[in-house]
Amino acid sequence: MTDAPAKLTVVGANRLTPTQRRIVSVLMHAALLTVSVFMLYPLLWMLAASFRPENEIFTSASIIPSEWSLDAYVRGWNGLRTGFGTFFTNSFIVSILSVCGNVLACSMAAFAFARLNFRFRSFWFAMMLMTLMLPYQVTLIPQYVLFRQLGWVNTFLPLVVPKFLAADGFFIFLMVQFFRGLPKELDEAAQMDGCSPWRIYWKIIMPLSMPVLATAAIFTFIWTWDDFFGPLIYLSEMKSYTVMLGLRTFTDSTGESDYGGLFAMSVLSLVPIFLFFLFFQRLLIEGIATTGMKR
Amino acid sequence: MTARSLESGAPARERAASPSLWARIWQNDAPGYLFLLPWLIGFFGLTIGPIISSLYLSFTDFDLLTDPNWVGASNYVRMFTNDPKFLASMRVTMVFVIFSVPLKLAFALAVAMLLNRGMRGLPLYRALFYLPSLLGASVAIAILWRQIFAREGLVNDFLSIFGIVGPSWISTPQYSLWTIIILAVWQFGSPMIIFLAGLRQIPQDMYEAASLDGASKWRQFVKITLPLLTPVVFFNAIIQTIEAFKSFTPAFIISGGTGNPINSTLFYTLYLYQEAFGFFRMGYASALAWVLLALVGLFTAFSFLTSKYWVHYDD
Repeated sequence: MTDAPAKLTVVGANRLTPTQRRIVSVLMHAALLTVSVFMLYPLLWMLAASFRPENEIFTSASIIPSEWSLDAYVRGWNGLRTGFGTFFTNSFIVSILSVCGNVLACSMAAFAFARLNFRFRSFWFAMMLMTLMLPYQVTLIPQYVLFRQLGWVNTFLPLVVPKFLAADGFFIFLMVQFFRGLPKELDEAAQMDGCSPWRIYWKIIMPLSMPVLATAAIFTFIWTWDDFFGPLIYLSEMKSYTVMLGLRTFTDSTGESDYGGLFAMSVLSLVPIFLFFLFFQRLLIEGIATTGMKR
Repeated sequence: MTARSLESGAPARERAASPSLWARIWQNDAPGYLFLLPWLIGFFGLTIGPIISSLYLSFTDFDLLTDPNWVGASNYVRMFTNDPKFLASMRVTMVFVIFSVPLKLAFALAVAMLLNRGMRGLPLYRALFYLPSLLGASVAIAILWRQIFAREGLVNDFLSIFGIVGPSWISTPQYSLWTIIILAVWQFGSPMIIFLAGLRQIPQDMYEAASLDGASKWRQFVKITLPLLTPVVFFNAIIQTIEAFKSFTPAFIISGGTGNPINSTLFYTLYLYQEAFGFFRMGYASALAWVLLALVGLFTAFSFLTSKYWVHYDD
């Protein structure tokens, strides 16, 4: 990352004096900082608003509250018939099960595509790539009918079971790319020693693929956590709501009168994602750069 | 039974060949298919099966509770001849795609170009610009947006410094869609990261040679950067356009699920949701889904077909 740009400055050096270069650099930092502030201001403002006393939320656009208060969090947490504690628990259950399903099922499919030979492999791979482009609306209604007939509506199953069936092709693709980069000799040597494909997958490929598995796990967690549409159509009882549904109900019922509580719960709902961002930023950014994921 | 008759009757050569053929198939193909099994079940049960059955349902009056009746193409006919809401939602989604995607990509590319000049603090800026992309799909951010563009929201607070009294942006039909377009453009971080990765692939000696020949920065951008970056532009454009067609949550939250004021935020996906899960017109909603599929399919096919004229590949 650092090599290439350094070269470029050398090119610039042919034409600009050191002072000019410094001015250009200061101007660019100023421009980028301005853009950053504009972009992040709404987030900071929401954070600040959640700590403001109720009467002060709309009175100023400034970031710093005159006094810090946790009232909004207390009000928001218990603002609905069912507390946000339940919603958070539900979201964690759904997200963690989804992570397990995606990592397991997608890595199995990716192992087959990347490391095993079987008839029609490239045909199935092409089919898998096609599903990446498919708008989910096309399968939505029959899937809903199916899950309804199975009696799965109002359970987490419609949200979780598809993950165990590797329904998210993006991660298969991501893992195939990674597995293909591992030396083929590993499998061959293991096969000579009488290792079954299952053992090769579990004992050799998986341990070597921790970076890509972690990337898939984190993105699955974030996307499932954020998912609104799935819970919206499949969960109708408040005790099974996820955080996103809880927030939506909050906006409908008390949101207009209690913006403080709404903001406090919104901020809380972003905390898990923000923590992933803080600790695994590098992994996420590399994941996007290599596969071009949508978010 | 069959094994016994084979053993007694068939010639020795075949007897030896046929078990080993099956053994070979078992040995060669079975592991692959076993590993693929979860995906295959999902592919047939959750993708192919539902696609076919939604095509069938689109020709029926299915309402979830009673059995579907075949109604021919009347869902499709009604859509294009007698459904103003369909046309409105199509218009909204088209405007959203046509404005949000190019604006987002232009922003992403501009910032990526700035960041690629070897500045100090690149990882920090990259992370800051990426954060909205990561958070942006959340309901929480849509709620925040609703507040920012409300009558007494952040934007109007800011405008009031200059003595301007702004309207309630989200409840004014001319502006409401634009608040959602701004929300989409705000999330330019992930295409920006892909652009940055692409920019790093461009050999630096090309720029050195060009600047020795006296090419201006703008000329270098037009003649070197842009052509070499076209595969990445193409990729980003496809991904972002498909995502834009599928966008649902912001419009739902910002309009409270209605698509109002006067259908100005009635995204196609939102209309489909209302038909399917508000009125339980599942047959009609299936037809809507197939029109969306056709639209996305046409767009993708068109992009791939025209790509050979403007996407530059090395080989």
